[in-house]
Amino acid sequence: MFRHAAKNLLRHRPVPTTSAAGAAAARAPSRTFSADAPAAQTADAGFVEAWKKVVPNIDPPKTPLSFMEPRPATPASIPSKLTVNFVLPYASELSKKEVDMVIVPATTGELGVLPGHVATIAELKPGVMSVHDGNEVTKYFVSSGFAFVHANSFADIIAVEAVPLDRIDASLVQKGLAEFTQKVNSASTDLEKAEAQIGVDVHSALNSALTG
Amino acid sequence: MAMAALRREGRRFAPLLSPRPIAAAAPRSSPSFLSPEEDVPFGARSISTQVVRNRMKSVKNIQKITKAMKMVAASKLRAIQIRAENSRGLWQPFIALLGDTPSIDVKKNVIVTVSSDKGLCGGINSTSVRLSKGLLKLNSGPDKEPKYVVVGEKAKVQLIRDSRKHIHLTISELTKIPLNYTQVSVLADDIIKNVEFDALKIVFNKFHSVVSFIPTVSTVLSPEVVEREVESGSGKLGELDSYEIEGGSTRGETLQNLAEFQFSCVMFNAVLENACSEMGARMSAMDSSSRNAGEVLDRLTLTYNRTRQAAITTELTEIISGASALEG
Repeated sequence: MFRHAAKNLLRHRPVPTTSAAGAAAARAPSRTFSADAPAAQTADAGFVEAWKKVVPNIDPPKTPLSFMEPRPATPASIPSKLTVNFVLPYASELSKKEVDMVIVPATTGELGVLPGHVATIAELKPGVMSVHDGNEVTKYFVSSGFAFVHANSFADIIAVEAVPLDRIDASLVQKGLAEFTQKVNSASTDLEKAEAQIGVDVHSALNSALTG
Repeated sequence: MAMAALRREGRRFAPLLSPRPIAAAAPRSSPSFLSPEEDVPFGARSISTQVVRNRMKSVKNIQKITKAMKMVAASKLRAIQIRAENSRGLWQPFIALLGDTPSIDVKKNVIVTVSSDKGLCGGINSTSVRLSKGLLKLNSGPDKEPKYVVVGEKAKVQLIRDSRKHIHLTISELTKIPLNYTQVSVLADDIIKNVEFDALKIVFNKFHSVVSFIPTVSTVLSPEVVEREVESGSGKLGELDSYEIEGGSTRGETLQNLAEFQFSCVMFNAVLENACSEMGARMSAMDSSSRNAGEVLDRLTLTYNRTRQAAITTELTEIISGASALEG
């Protein structure tokens, strides 16, 4: 419902009246900020009004919605490519990259995402994520995170840590696996056991990533 | 007032007036100590050059220090700005999925104020505190209990003064070691464990450019509130129902993990952006500080030269009048 409203607003592009939009126009040349969409105004307008009633002297704060591009609405037909955003805390690995398919290591196993995939929220476990674009395949080992697939063939993958497979040292993996297996066996409290088990899971996933 | 000034001068220099020799040939060289008394009847206050010189020295030192602080802030800013910009993609997927509802009506609001530990950084901490107080006012009502979680010393000092009972947790010395995601996620975990919340509102200054910082508030909802909104079926969250949950866990469990993950991501970005804003604000504060110091120094130099020249002129006049008195 909101999405349709957003579509209409985008088409008409009204003259910016609110302060947020005015500031947006001033901010437009900055390279890191995407252009504000008028759709953002409707979401914030309620907040701005409530704010002005209670605290009239101070300008209302901005909200994150005004800092990001709105996502396109679900198209009528299935698009040919999947748009992938792969973000890590310290970098945006892939930003709006158009690919054919991604395979993410969800908790229940490998989840293949193609354009037109049904909207899904998947929690990730340590494993290999591969991005297929034509004939090239890029593989990363991700530690964990979340993957959202939206109905408009946008996929967001947020991982805490990801490395390309060729950067992993096999000997260290073996050592870590042995160490954590030993810790699991000698763990006394539940917390220690859980931590050691996590270590075992990650290292065995690393192992299978390197061998498989 | 003029008489009072003269009287003041008289009192000050009285012990020196008697032994003072008229013969200007005496080695009363450049105006040292308490020399240039302008016995001008219109009550001008004569400044001893020693006093002026001391002031000039201290102002020059201040100028050097503030310039150095500006350089340090500039170099720190460069380093942290890259990291902050790289982390900006982190919270966008969450907003794309869950939308942004800052005006949501919940009972337990927790306002997380992010501020700096050190001062001399302009007005950014005051802005954050004012915003937090505004949010508190906005969210206070009959059975609502808004609380503060304060990150950083500066906001704590300001908030403790009048909202002590609302402060639930304070965290300081966050930036002692360079910020990284692990540290912030542990912090976020601590906050979630210790505070009951329906909605977390994170107040911080978003870094836009070296001279402009935008006060921002990010909202993270607890899984129960998200569930409630999904059931009501309105807005962005209402569409969450159409998303399939991969795996065996229920939507509630997934939402729980999602909320925690979202909070740690948003906190990470918020802390980085605030640190950037702090450095930028400190840069401009120190820059205007050194510029002001320079102006004060200029004015003091003019006063000093005027006083010095007046003393020389007085000496010369005395000599000449003395000499002409002898001749004539």
